Amino acid sequence: MSDGDGFEPTIVVFACHWCTYQAINLAGTSRMKYPPNVRVIRVMCSGRVDPQFVIEAFKNGADGVLVAGCHPGDCHYVNGNMKTMRRTVMLEKLLQDMGIEKERFRREWISAAEAKKWVEVVTEMVEQVRKLGPLKLAEKREVVMNE
Amino acid sequence: MKEIVIDPITRLEGHGKIVIKLDENGEVQKALLQIPELRGFEKFLVGRTAEDAPQITPRICGVCPWAHHMASTKALDDLFKVDPPEPAKKIREFIYNVFMLEDHAIHFYVLAGPDFIVGPKAPKEERNIVGIIKKLGVDLVKNIIVTRKKLRNLEQLLGGKITHPVMGLPGGVAKPLSEDDWKICYETSKEALEFAKFTLETFKNVVLSNDEYVDLIKSDAYTHKTYYMGLVDEKNQVNFYDGKIRVVDPDGNEYVKFDAKNYLDHMAEHVEPWTYVRFTYLKGVGWKGFVDGKDSGIFSVAPLARLNAADGMATPMAQEAYKEFYETLGGKPVHHTLAFHWARVIEMVYAAERMMELIEDPDIKDPNVRKLPEATPDVGIGVVEAPRGTLIHHYETDGKGIIKKANLIVATQNNSARMVLSIEKAAKSLIHGGKVDDGILNMIEMAFRAYDPCHACATHSLPGSMPLIVRIYDKDDNLIKEIRRD
Amino acid sequence: MSKPKVALYWCASCGGCEEATVDLTERLFDLIEAVDIVFWPIAMDFKREDLEKMEDGSIDIAIINGGIRLEEHEEMVKLLRRKSKIVIAYGSCAHLGGIPGLANAYPREEILKFAYEEAPTVINPDKVRPMKKVTIDGMEFELPEFLEYLKPLDEVIDVDYYIPGCPPTPDLTWEAISKLLSGEIPPKGHVFGSDKSLCHECPLNETKPDEIRLEELKRPHQVILDRSKCYLAQGVLCMGPVTRGGCEALCIKGGMPCTGCFGPLDGVYNQGAKALSFLASVIDIEDEEKYREMLEKLGFDPIGWFFRYSLAKGMIYRKKRDGE
Repeated sequence: MSDGDGFEPTIVVFACHWCTYQAINLAGTSRMKYPPNVRVIRVMCSGRVDPQFVIEAFKNGADGVLVAGCHPGDCHYVNGNMKTMRRTVMLEKLLQDMGIEKERFRREWISAAEAKKWVEVVTEMVEQVRKLGPLKLAEKREVVMNE
Repeated sequence: MKEIVIDPITRLEGHGKIVIKLDENGEVQKALLQIPELRGFEKFLVGRTAEDAPQITPRICGVCPWAHHMASTKALDDLFKVDPPEPAKKIREFIYNVFMLEDHAIHFYVLAGPDFIVGPKAPKEERNIVGIIKKLGVDLVKNIIVTRKKLRNLEQLLGGKITHPVMGLPGGVAKPLSEDDWKICYETSKEALEFAKFTLETFKNVVLSNDEYVDLIKSDAYTHKTYYMGLVDEKNQVNFYDGKIRVVDPDGNEYVKFDAKNYLDHMAEHVEPWTYVRFTYLKGVGWKGFVDGKDSGIFSVAPLARLNAADGMATPMAQEAYKEFYETLGGKPVHHTLAFHWARVIEMVYAAERMMELIEDPDIKDPNVRKLPEATPDVGIGVVEAPRGTLIHHYETDGKGIIKKANLIVATQNNSARMVLSIEKAAKSLIHGGKVDDGILNMIEMAFRAYDPCHACATHSLPGSMPLIVRIYDKDDNLIKEIRRD
Repeated sequence: MSKPKVALYWCASCGGCEEATVDLTERLFDLIEAVDIVFWPIAMDFKREDLEKMEDGSIDIAIINGGIRLEEHEEMVKLLRRKSKIVIAYGSCAHLGGIPGLANAYPREEILKFAYEEAPTVINPDKVRPMKKVTIDGMEFELPEFLEYLKPLDEVIDVDYYIPGCPPTPDLTWEAISKLLSGEIPPKGHVFGSDKSLCHECPLNETKPDEIRLEELKRPHQVILDRSKCYLAQGVLCMGPVTRGGCEALCIKGGMPCTGCFGPLDGVYNQGAKALSFLASVIDIEDEEKYREMLEKLGFDPIGWFFRYSLAKGMIYRKKRDGE
């Protein structure tokens, strides 16, 4: 379960260029502190995020994944984020059925000015995932057959 | 303590092996049939939307996918409390009999047939379809293969795919029978009837006219007095598609008759640590170990059991064959395991006659084949007679039809306890003084082949024998003899 | 000129792939004429020792179906790989894990517990379980080990080609094997079948609108489909757009939508994830609340719907990180 021995989670973040990524920049230039546990991947639109990316991230060591883009109605490409919305809702159920705790996957709308929201979201997520410990799906399934 | 290991057994679901332990005098102390197969269908059905079950469960067996498809579809009818329109039921029962016929046919001609048509002691090179060709002629064999293909083409026509059909839905079937498709079904049904009649004639000419075979069938080494189970209609006649489950005791008296919905009151499963298969038994009688008789809950299913559990067949030619069967073998019930083969052929005749009845019913072309479910799903139980025995699917869902729990009683497992009895009895009767040879191997084989255990993809067996290696070890585990069956 | 040597083997298989081979009917006899079958446990008595005695690479083609579920399967396929020039993964289970791969969503212990303790018909007060080794009356008996989860073939050995389907059609089987035997060797890793999605060969293709916009989803038992029009456009999930073609659209002709058994198209690794993406894209709801409500009311099973044949490939198995 939770790992008290200095476990540092890795959160992979898919951030849309026009909104969330700008917010992250703003947080940086404003010297706002946020946990270093994030690996930010910039995409032109959150709608670019193929569900395969989320799955690959978990497969390759991410303890948590965050998909963040523009608020509904503000998408630079009109409705790319609507696809994000629908995909991420389905992904929530899929990941839950695969045995992944719901705190590990999150989708947020963060506009370019919302540096504060970025900081809050990422800080909260890192803490929640830290409490959960590393993603250990394979170990969850380790069974020793009766000898 | 010597050990004889026969590994692998083929023509079982998955892989299996027989391990025989001998005492110091070379007499059989114990013989176990071990089945190492479990894939977890009951568990991974949980979380699935119920209407997908008729397409998921056939993947239990690619030889009898129609059995699972149909039991599952009927469980859905029950789950959603929806009664399909009559034309849909007729289409389902028609195609189900097509399947029973072609499945029984392939077992008879290619698996079982050689033992009788060519002979149990015939050279192994001839105990196969090639031997049958030699004995009965190549045109005949071609006809068998072509007829089987025509029957399977009907499965594709009505069911979408032959292996792993898609037609079943709660409340009906996915498509009605068009006039063009009906014509094909009708023509094929007529051919099928001739084919079934011919098969019965062949069995009579080749087996029943041969005293040696009849003696073999009646011999004690292959006899067990168990209970028998099968589906029967209102007149207590055999029906593959629907009915009540009827069980008769070893004396042939009705022990219980119940609706599949109440199966939990009457059937239970027993676990042993040396095999993955679970042994079903009659709850009311109880599990008394691997023994037969009235006090043991072990029962049997599939052709012989169905005929024993019923009072007759619902179609004329099959009924005549049924009477002849019991007259020849000394009355009901018949306990001789090898009689399964004969019972199987009688069922082929019934299936073909039933096909004719259904295809000649004009109602079967009615386009009204779906009724949309309205009730909130909860629990659904469906039953059919698979070629290899009574098959039950049981699903429990939430209000949206997502499966929360699934229980499957799969045909062959109902015979699994009796199969263990058969193997041990055959081994004990046939192996003495540690002596084992090819003939003995075949005779042990015949003890379980009669049950046609699921996964008998019969047309793959080109040679006459199931491949066997028998290794005999001395008490220090040194290999002293190996007999291979080539 | 000696005949090419062919070996066939089945792992955790339902037998449907064997039936597909048998459904070649007359062509099966042609095949048997044309090749030397040197290993086929279902039909022939060649044993493991015979396989071991063969020279490495002496078998021309090994055709393997079924998923890797038992220790024994793993050992046999590795042996076959050494002895064969070409290995073909035949059928969905060998290709992607297949329907038995759905078990990978559950811990093995849960599977065993239900089967031997919790099933409503099981009466087992002593909680007896099948054992790898057990002693009865002083006699010892063994059972082969059950792996933690089911793997597709290429996660255990190197695979040259794939013949997809559950089961593959006889026509596709014939086409693939005759191509290979005639020397027409495609690039390694080739998956036989069409390189386009099922939509292209679907008889209802012309009725498929250029843009599909669904206001709600329906489950197949909730509607009576118009069998002359695209099923997806009528609101039921059809996996056709994200599934490789080549199957003759049999399920569509049977009146039911595609469930994806031929696997993903070239370039797609995770068919299930792609399917989720596609379905989410064609639904035309922009209000999140309304969307969640629609899915909630419908009853939504992403694993069974999108990953039915490919969960073993698409499931998240966490790899070890550096230092672990």
